[in-house]
Amino acid sequence: MDSVFAAIVQAPEDPILGVTVAYNKDQSPVKLNLGVGAYRTEEGKPLVLNVVRKAEQLLVNDQSRVKEYLPILGLAEFNKLSAKLILGDDSPAIQENRVATAQCLSGTGSLRVGAEFLAKHYHERTIYIPQPSWGNHLKVFTMAGLSVKTYGYYDPTTLGLNFQGLLEDLGAAPAGAVVLLHACAHNPTGVDPTVEQWEQIRQLIRSKGLLPFFDSAYQGFASDGGECFIAQSYAKNMGLYGERVGALSIVCKAADVAGRVESQLKLVIRPMYSNPPIHGASIASTILKNSDMYNEWKIELKAMADRIISMRKQLFDALTAKGTPGDWSHIVKQIGMFTFTGLNSDQVAFMTKEYHIYMTSDGRISMAGLSSSTVPHLADAIHAAVTRAS
Amino acid sequence: MRHEFTSSSSPADRRLNALFRHLATASTESRTAVAFCPTSGFHGDSVFSLVVRAPEDPILGVTVAYNKDPSPVKLNLGVGAYRTEEGKPLVLSVVRKAEQMLLNDRSRVKEYLPIVGISDFNKLSAKLIFGADSPAIRENRVTTVQCLSGTGSLRVGAEFMARHYHQKTIYIPQPTWGNHPKIFTLAGLSVKTYRYYDPTTRGLNFQGLLEDLGSAPSGSIVLLHACAHNPTGVDPTLQQWEQIRQLMRSKALLPFFDSAYQGFASGNLDQDAQSIRMFVADGGECFVAQSYAKNMGLYGERVGALSVVCKTADVASRVESQLKLVIRPMFSNPPIHGASIVATILKDSNMFNEWTIELKAMADRIISMREQLFDALRTRGTPGDWSHIIKQIGMFTFTGLNSKQVEFMTREYHIYMTSDGRISMAGLSSKTVPHLADAIHAAVTRMS
Repeated sequence: MDSVFAAIVQAPEDPILGVTVAYNKDQSPVKLNLGVGAYRTEEGKPLVLNVVRKAEQLLVNDQSRVKEYLPILGLAEFNKLSAKLILGDDSPAIQENRVATAQCLSGTGSLRVGAEFLAKHYHERTIYIPQPSWGNHLKVFTMAGLSVKTYGYYDPTTLGLNFQGLLEDLGAAPAGAVVLLHACAHNPTGVDPTVEQWEQIRQLIRSKGLLPFFDSAYQGFASDGGECFIAQSYAKNMGLYGERVGALSIVCKAADVAGRVESQLKLVIRPMYSNPPIHGASIASTILKNSDMYNEWKIELKAMADRIISMRKQLFDALTAKGTPGDWSHIVKQIGMFTFTGLNSDQVAFMTKEYHIYMTSDGRISMAGLSSSTVPHLADAIHAAVTRAS
Repeated sequence: MRHEFTSSSSPADRRLNALFRHLATASTESRTAVAFCPTSGFHGDSVFSLVVRAPEDPILGVTVAYNKDPSPVKLNLGVGAYRTEEGKPLVLSVVRKAEQMLLNDRSRVKEYLPIVGISDFNKLSAKLIFGADSPAIRENRVTTVQCLSGTGSLRVGAEFMARHYHQKTIYIPQPTWGNHPKIFTLAGLSVKTYRYYDPTTRGLNFQGLLEDLGSAPSGSIVLLHACAHNPTGVDPTLQQWEQIRQLMRSKALLPFFDSAYQGFASGNLDQDAQSIRMFVADGGECFVAQSYAKNMGLYGERVGALSVVCKTADVASRVESQLKLVIRPMFSNPPIHGASIVATILKDSNMFNEWTIELKAMADRIISMREQLFDALRTRGTPGDWSHIIKQIGMFTFTGLNSKQVEFMTREYHIYMTSDGRISMAGLSSKTVPHLADAIHAAVTRMS
């Protein structure tokens, strides 16, 4: 008798993670992995923050600690501290108890739980995501039961924001539709609206009663009294990637609503994984509630951010020095872990084949994967791709 | 409410204000009903005004109520987490040892795991449940993915089935763990039940089970508790398992095993896996959700694995690729800490042996509580046959007490348990058994 799954097709490799798979197979000594967005040091190594190791030591050495189930919504202290971190210590929404927060599995888990809640309880089942967005967004929202549309975001001619297109598309969305916003360091483009543009976006969204769902968050929205969803991740900023630490916050109009929303979030989480993992959230909580550790964290975080900004500058300078055709200023204008180089998939394939550069085919590179010693090699590869291949 | 921006004079707001003035002349109730037009814009009600408060989870709600009770003799026999003789949670020594080793290894990092989790952990988990000499493993016919404990493994498996399997109905035993139907329903399966527990004998309704599975449509999915059935503690005998296996294979029913208590039920890892291994030995296919919450005491770390045993290695490989498409949009990749602890223990033979000793100690203490409770009721001459207390297996006993009796025991004796009469033996100690026996005796003699 045949397998009951005989007809199953082999699923394609995840495009982002597939880059690392291919990189690992390559034997070349000059290979460079600019695929997945995980921070690397100047030596090209993963980094565990000192303050994280310190917090972990405290936890593991505390013999009074146990491994009991967390509540369905996770570690209460972690939730409160996460809400304060993202909304601000003096947030009226927090003071008025209008925020429901659930510990979730990093950014992905927070998005999925929030989306499933919306699919169950919200009257509009469509979410608008920017074009382009992180590859997993579409799948997360679809599996949660929402239907996905896009709004204009990236302008390939300027390698910057298509602000007119964004306003038009959001303006044409049905009232009440959900809108996904990357508050800062847009993934994959690194292109962010200016503060003034954000204010315009906010006014438009509020005037049409669109519901913002932030992947990370922007302060202005949270303090205008309106409602929003926020998916928070500690993967990058605390380097807690594999520990899966995150939080979903829902800012509501009233405390009573927040209380009912919280009770319904439990019904989404319980049949998914019952309650969240304790270790990573305990580390984050330990750091956030101790002012010395909190300050240490900010210093280490700034060092990571500064190194990435330095890589941007070095790559830009290298291409300028080579006289590589084109305007490469977007490299220093874009923000965050990624640069949308503007290279097309043929050029990317060329760079992989000839220079052993591994990146996603949309031309996105992870700046965190660069170092002063590898910038020249990348600059060579880009130069060759632009001048030789079309 | 703050009105920072001056768009109160915007066209949108003027329209809104006009609308609200229009509606304000109606009665309060209808105003509330009509005014809920969340798309009308910023100054309206919450878009979630109509969300109703969900009831507290019944199992976890027991602990909530227990915590509120100030009585010094209160007893929490609700949630299934192990407690020591002193009534305290337990972190196994071998777990603390493994955790220290991991912590002290400065070469360890916190990078994303692969979507399917830690490869060592997956292989070792498969060996643990199927046996090191399992032909299915040797022939590469097993795909194993790290998931969030038992719940997460069930959910991922069920979502996979909802997407790829031709039969969308799963049969679950009556009764079963309260979260099972919700997991399967949200995953996209429809849920039916098969008879399991016989309240008159407080044992297995084997005839009913065979009849119900016998009349299930060919290919249906069947949830089986591998051992230590939750909540009843009633397990089929090996002979009965063989009959169940033959029936299921003859009707091509697809087994989905929930294994949350391997080693915890009898104290022996291999014994507690026998039901599963019988099904794998016949060369057929099955799903297994494995949890390390109880047997390694890793509850809050959320450590588990989903294994799919397939007819061929090629199918197993394709199934694995599709499992990734279920996991990635759910949580991307699983948490590293707990699974690292498990892998550390399973691959070191000394630590593995230490673990089996600590595991047996937990199982033995629970068996001892069963004996003590049974003896205490017999001594009191409590009416009824209480032998099911020592016949049932695992963390829980289905006492047979009804919800009125349970309520009485909570009110008068501060005993906290689920209203179906289920008690967690792990929550008992030699010191507290007498109090529970008193409570049961009183409930049975005073309330019917």
